[in-house]
Amino acid sequence: MRILNRLFVRLCNFSFARRGDERLREEMESHAAMQAEENERAGMTPTQARRQAVLQLGALAAIREQYRAEEGLPQLEHLLHDVRYALRRLGKSPGFTTTAVVTLALGIGTNAVVFSVLNALVLRPLNVSQPTRLFVVEHKEHAFYDQSYPDYIDYRDDNTTFSAMAAYDTSDVAVVIGNSAVKSYGYMASGNYFDTLGVRPAMGRFFHQSDEHGINSAPFIVLSYDFWRSKFNSNPGVIGSTVSLNTHPFTVIGVAPGDFHGTEIFFWPDYWFPLVDAPEIGHSTQFLTHRDNHNFWILGRLKPGATAQQGSDDLNAISRRLARQYPTADDDLDARLVRPGLMGDVWGDPIRAFLAAIMLLSALVLIAACANLGSIFAVRAADRARELAVRLAIGATRTRILRTLLSEAVLVSLMGGLAGTLFASILLQLLSRWQPFVDFPIHVVALPDAKVYALALLLSLGSGLLFGLLPARQIWQTDAAQAIKGGTGVNPVLHRFAMRDLLLCVQIALCTLLVTGAFVAFRGMERSLHTPLGFKPEGVTIAETDLNMGGYTEAQSWPVQKRMVEQAAEIPGVSSAGLADRVMLDNDCCGNESVYRLGTRDFRSSNESFLAHMFSVSPGYFSTAGTRLLAGRDIGWNDGADSPQVAVVNATFAHLMFGNTQAVGRHFELFGGRILEIVGVVEDGKYQTLTEAPQPAMFFAMSQDMTSNDTALVVRSALPRVDIAAALSRMMKGIDPDLPLTVRTWPDALDLALFPARAATGALAIMGLLAAMLAVTGIFGMAAYSVNRRMRELAIRMAVGAGRAQVIAAAVGRPFALLGVGSLLGLFAGVVASRLMGQIVYQASPGDPVVIGGAVLTMVLLGAAASALPARRALSADPSRLMREE
Amino acid sequence: MKQKKRDVQQGTLALMVLKTLQVLGPLHGYGIARRIAQISEELLSVNQGTLYPVLLRLEHEGAVSSEWGPSENNRRARFYRITRSGEKLLEAEKRDWEQTAAIIARFFEVNAEDLT
Repeated sequence: MRILNRLFVRLCNFSFARRGDERLREEMESHAAMQAEENERAGMTPTQARRQAVLQLGALAAIREQYRAEEGLPQLEHLLHDVRYALRRLGKSPGFTTTAVVTLALGIGTNAVVFSVLNALVLRPLNVSQPTRLFVVEHKEHAFYDQSYPDYIDYRDDNTTFSAMAAYDTSDVAVVIGNSAVKSYGYMASGNYFDTLGVRPAMGRFFHQSDEHGINSAPFIVLSYDFWRSKFNSNPGVIGSTVSLNTHPFTVIGVAPGDFHGTEIFFWPDYWFPLVDAPEIGHSTQFLTHRDNHNFWILGRLKPGATAQQGSDDLNAISRRLARQYPTADDDLDARLVRPGLMGDVWGDPIRAFLAAIMLLSALVLIAACANLGSIFAVRAADRARELAVRLAIGATRTRILRTLLSEAVLVSLMGGLAGTLFASILLQLLSRWQPFVDFPIHVVALPDAKVYALALLLSLGSGLLFGLLPARQIWQTDAAQAIKGGTGVNPVLHRFAMRDLLLCVQIALCTLLVTGAFVAFRGMERSLHTPLGFKPEGVTIAETDLNMGGYTEAQSWPVQKRMVEQAAEIPGVSSAGLADRVMLDNDCCGNESVYRLGTRDFRSSNESFLAHMFSVSPGYFSTAGTRLLAGRDIGWNDGADSPQVAVVNATFAHLMFGNTQAVGRHFELFGGRILEIVGVVEDGKYQTLTEAPQPAMFFAMSQDMTSNDTALVVRSALPRVDIAAALSRMMKGIDPDLPLTVRTWPDALDLALFPARAATGALAIMGLLAAMLAVTGIFGMAAYSVNRRMRELAIRMAVGAGRAQVIAAAVGRPFALLGVGSLLGLFAGVVASRLMGQIVYQASPGDPVVIGGAVLTMVLLGAAASALPARRALSADPSRLMREE
Repeated sequence: MKQKKRDVQQGTLALMVLKTLQVLGPLHGYGIARRIAQISEELLSVNQGTLYPVLLRLEHEGAVSSEWGPSENNRRARFYRITRSGEKLLEAEKRDWEQTAAIIARFFEVNAEDLT
């Protein structure tokens, strides 16, 4: 209480700048007078009495100091003084201040942005109760996450370590709202999905396991909050009403809370419906009943006390039992637990690796910025040597001087941090609003939270202290007497330069590393753009629809599909048209299927030859896509449902199955004994990613393959894209106005495939650019400073006949030598870090002569540009004028 | 030979000030300084000025209050008066002090044979 009281009074005094000087003076005065009277009574002369009285009072200045300290808050006052002084000094050199603040703002802003993304995608758990106990059950094989529904049921019912286990899959359906069918994306989920996650509905109710009574027993749908708001105008009356999914009625039973976006961070669903109703929207019942039909993600919640290891041991015991029980479907079943949110480790691993690498790079940018500012601060401190010496001489402690310098550095870094955080939060706002793919619900919400702000503050303070303390040693060693005499002594200068050189060297090495990284990324990008795709997307427009969504059964589809091709080919300006069930390199490409040699009877997976991508195409697809036929023939209109089953395979398929012998005319088998004859071989292509190794692929005749749901009409035309898109839409509406339709060019559809490479290139290019800027400011600062210091010397050299080359060498030789050493170190580091780069960028090879040449050239150009001004200044040194000035 | 004068610790000084004010009632700074010197039989040399920061501190803590008034010689002086919370503080500090002194005293009285 007493302490609080005291603090309060002091705070008041401090804030209102109240001073009790007058009171103290008066009290002391009256004290001295009384003492003097007393002394006089004791027999002293008035003068002597007065003198004695003042002596007895003690050192007036010290007491006043004590009194003031008691009155206010001296620490705070000193701090304010320091800040005010630092502000004044910074105000005096606006150029330096701006450069420093901008440098730091970029460094700290970059870190804040990267960390924010890292935080949103990796560190922040899913928005459900106790997210750390949730795991995705994957197979041991990397990126193999699909599970069959019967396996899920066995895992769910037989395990002893999970308190709950849900299954789900993403799905797209046509939802009829008003008069139009809207293609919407959502989840089909097991009945216990919401209960497993522990999410409560915002309105209505969720479905539960008790709602499931076998296939198509629960036609219920839960809407996401955003979908309900945007498509149903937040109408609470929607609960209990019926909406049509792929023309089948579903009852709306609830709305999910606004902050729940499903269990995949990127993929925000519009709705959830029970997966037992998947056949209702057009999936075959095998989707749920067949043990080798892998479609679902399994999400399990560990019991309290159970470890992840116990969980996976438990599941593996079950999978060993299943493998014995169902040798055909489950003979290599196994389980592994991974963190949920990023499609297990399919996206999780590359995203985590990429973000960690980028985080490291941005930390390097900040360190380079600190090295840069550290050397500038060291110079500024050196220029103030005399002033600091005077302060030391009149009694300032070294700590106090250090604090003055530090407060300048910390002030700059805080300003930089503030600017950087602002810049970062604007960028993140844009990123969070950005939807990279128009018709696909991908969101990258990375809004900064308290953790991000704390990091920014911490980085600001940390970097401020770091580069503020670099000149500290110099202050500590200052010999006041020496400094005032004018000379700084020889040794300190050497020391100082050694440290500055080291800093610049480190900075340039880091910058070269980052510039090398940017070059590597550009090369990788360039290569991935020119990599052979196995088709020619330019000039091709794709109209996608889903006949299931229009209510057609699989048997009814082919006549409609045939009509599409025929009518599309008749559009004036269209050179050819064809159909495929999937678009290569699109986001949902592709399906795998096991391939067996002719004569196989036991279809367990150890007997399979390999897995091949599977497509259904119409005649004319290959010529439209621009895929070359290497041998045999294309699928023809005569290959109908009643004629022999045919397939076209790609070169890799042919090689894997038949080696170097002729493949056309030979046969292979699919699971279950379907036998196909190979009628043609086409060139290899890229199907899922640009970086994949050559994959086997097979193309069935659409007329013979009844499992295809999706239809992509592929049209090659020289017409402008707007015209061909309009013509295709008209034509499709003419065939069936109720079909959902997406029309886009093939190059646009490739965006997703190029996205990782583009994002990586963008990020690395920004880092490289930042690094280049830092290198320029660093070299410029060093060269300008050394020229400034040595103007006299240079002038004398010129006066005694030094040539221009010699002067330039003397002036900027040192920065250039450092540039060379630093660049070499950086290049070396870049080559060493090549494996890291390889993880981020496709075909990254820092050993590439173009990369090394580019990086070296860039650094030389940067060095030349940065030292041009100081060199010009050195050349303009006028001996007579300079000598007069001194 | 004159005994060496001793410096006073801050906390001790505050205690002396409070006790003086409790016994003698309102006093000005000079009066307090005189009293302390007298009672300690001039052994304690208060560097008299240091009294004032201590008084200010006590006032901030609410242990004393002060107001201007005329001194004996009709000089304007600031008179300090102990407050209720000052009394309590003094009481508590006194107990503390006595306890400490008693413990220390006991330690000094102990002889080697007592501990066996």
